Amino acid sequence: MDTKEIKNQKSKVKDGYGSKIAEVIEASSAEFTAQCYKLDQAPPLGSLVKTQDRPGDIYGVIYNVETHSLEPGRRVVARGQNLEAEEEIFTANPQLSRLLTTDFRVLVVGYGEGKNWHQYLPPKPASIHGFVYTCRLEEVSAFTQSLDFLSLLVNAKIPVPVDEVAGACLRYASQAHGDPNAFLVKAGKELAGIMSNDVNRLNSLLKRLK
Amino acid sequence: MTSQSSEEQTPLGVVVSGSLTRGVEVRLDVSVSVEDMAVGRYVAIEGTKHRFFGMITDVSLETIDPRLAITPPDVSDPFIAQVITGTATYGKLRVLPMLTIGGDAASILEGPQPAKTVPAHFSGVKLASQRDVEIVFGAEDEKRFYVGTPLDMETKVCLNIAEFVKRSNGVFGKSGTGKTFLTRLLLVGMLQKNAAVSLVFDMHSEYGWEGKTEKGYKVKGLKQLFPSKVAIFTLDEESSKRRKVSTDVVVRIGYDEIEPEDVELLRQTLNLTEASAQTVYQLAREFGDRKWLETVLNLNEDDGKQLISRLNIHDSTYRNLRRGLENLRRFSFLVPRARENSVQRILEYLDRGINVILEFGKFDDFAAYILVANLLSRRIHAKYRENAEREMGGEVAPSRPLVITIEEAHRFLNPEISSRTIFGRIAREMRKYNVTLLVIDQRPSGIDGEVMSQLGTKITCLLDDERDLDSVLTGTSGKSELKSVLAKLETKQQALIFGHAVPMPVVIKTREYGTAESYKELGFLEAAELKKKTEKDIEDLWT
Repeated sequence: MDTKEIKNQKSKVKDGYGSKIAEVIEASSAEFTAQCYKLDQAPPLGSLVKTQDRPGDIYGVIYNVETHSLEPGRRVVARGQNLEAEEEIFTANPQLSRLLTTDFRVLVVGYGEGKNWHQYLPPKPASIHGFVYTCRLEEVSAFTQSLDFLSLLVNAKIPVPVDEVAGACLRYASQAHGDPNAFLVKAGKELAGIMSNDVNRLNSLLKRLK
Repeated sequence: MTSQSSEEQTPLGVVVSGSLTRGVEVRLDVSVSVEDMAVGRYVAIEGTKHRFFGMITDVSLETIDPRLAITPPDVSDPFIAQVITGTATYGKLRVLPMLTIGGDAASILEGPQPAKTVPAHFSGVKLASQRDVEIVFGAEDEKRFYVGTPLDMETKVCLNIAEFVKRSNGVFGKSGTGKTFLTRLLLVGMLQKNAAVSLVFDMHSEYGWEGKTEKGYKVKGLKQLFPSKVAIFTLDEESSKRRKVSTDVVVRIGYDEIEPEDVELLRQTLNLTEASAQTVYQLAREFGDRKWLETVLNLNEDDGKQLISRLNIHDSTYRNLRRGLENLRRFSFLVPRARENSVQRILEYLDRGINVILEFGKFDDFAAYILVANLLSRRIHAKYRENAEREMGGEVAPSRPLVITIEEAHRFLNPEISSRTIFGRIAREMRKYNVTLLVIDQRPSGIDGEVMSQLGTKITCLLDDERDLDSVLTGTSGKSELKSVLAKLETKQQALIFGHAVPMPVVIKTREYGTAESYKELGFLEAAELKKKTEKDIEDLWT
């Protein structure tokens, strides 16, 4: 992730003051899938989102973002051969934004209300059609004061390389802290404890934190 | 000091395993660098029921996974280095719990007790605070004498002098590690706390009036600091005069005072054969204990021949003996008849509570030293013994405890002769007759193991010979741990004290001695004032 991107993301978190961005369309105890209201407007990989629920809001880390056709049988085809710019494709085919959708998958890392968080799985999965919000910078900072969620994250069985997600998540969270480097060191030490039996994996993950 | 007090608050880590005999293992916290730790430092461990006081005996580096040692992480990256430190790799201390300091009223009254158990798992470990050290080693009072400070601390470590003099003690260390300075301090301590009177056999004339540091500047001896409580006896008046030392008594020893046992001890130094040493007893039977030496030395050749044929002594044995005894003639302090009884004079002084330092002057060889020290001590000991027996009968008051200081102790106390010298006996009998030893030696392995084991308190500066280390630590609990501490002492001003007079082994940085300030602390001001007063009195007398 280059600095420009991080800045972008930072402003997004700040600007998107708890902005509503998606809705839960599939949920299980350990993860849920949300559909974005706007095409290609998913938060970046590894960022923290939450969905309103009872007994408390469910927090999760985005581990996969996917844009695809709404209808499973209908494949997206290339349309821009005779056009100058990519945007023109959408201007020429206004129906496209209705036929395509962006989904993201979220790994549940905790739940809670106010600042009383539990960094373990909630008693029940996220409610379907629950609204999904981005987390404010302060909230990210407060949530990541405790790093107990890291063991949920790095031990998850997901189709994307989990260390990539963990790395992205920590880089993202570090920007919410006053001293990003100190946060990363703290997180690195936590990881060293969790991954004590696999130092090679630890080494490669640590390289992703920079 | 401020850094010290902030350090006290820092937790070092937690107890993770261990045993009472081997000591407990403490995993260092991430924030603590192994490089800040040092063997010999004190730590306090907060157990659930007791507070433990222990000493760091080892520092080691550990990794959570052996693979880390094979493929080390990229520590050139500061981030990775920072993360790895204290997590995947960490420091470990071995701490020997020595004492428990109880929290309840009863245990506060009892004071620190030897640790009989270990702190529970994950008990917090901190560097010992000044207060902890004070609780353990006590503050300076009428019984305790401040000898130095623990490493990296400002607190005073005090030696219980009253306990100290109850047994024989030893000061050990390689040459040049500060044995003499330490001994001088101990002598001052005994004098200051009035716990005992000292008789010092001062081979190199460095305790009485003035000594020299290795750097060459002069330090005051005991007489200068406490003129009214110290008397200097000398064997070599001229040397004392040259050094401008005011001596109190010149010691002369008559031939009649030398007994066959004295010669036997000198067998090696006088180069006598076993047979000629035995012949001495024969001669003593022939001429009487008091006259034999003078008679033999005055025999002319013919008389000699007659004597050996009469007593059936082999000619070569006789010649060997004569040659050896002739050596005694070069000791000018030996005279056919001494005008006054030196032993009596020494005893008079000691009875008055005045410490006696016997300077050897130019006679700083082993023959003179062994002869005189042994001869005088034997008689003094006999008197003390007599007094002790009378005291048991209720006739007299107990005599003042006497501490005899001897240097090069392995010459007196080696396994071959220790059973025969008076010092061997004193060391074994301990305080029964109120006489104890302060032995100073650089080669403790040369001293009889039996004697070593009887020493109450041992104070040792750096030793690096394996045998010396073993011999000093015989019979001490936590021997191997102390050994690592002892071998790592600095060559100057550091010593390990363990035994009777301290509650637990302690490494100290010896108290300053030799600066004007240090003299003042030791009570010199009073002496200086006294001197001024005397001078004024004399002036008044003349005006």
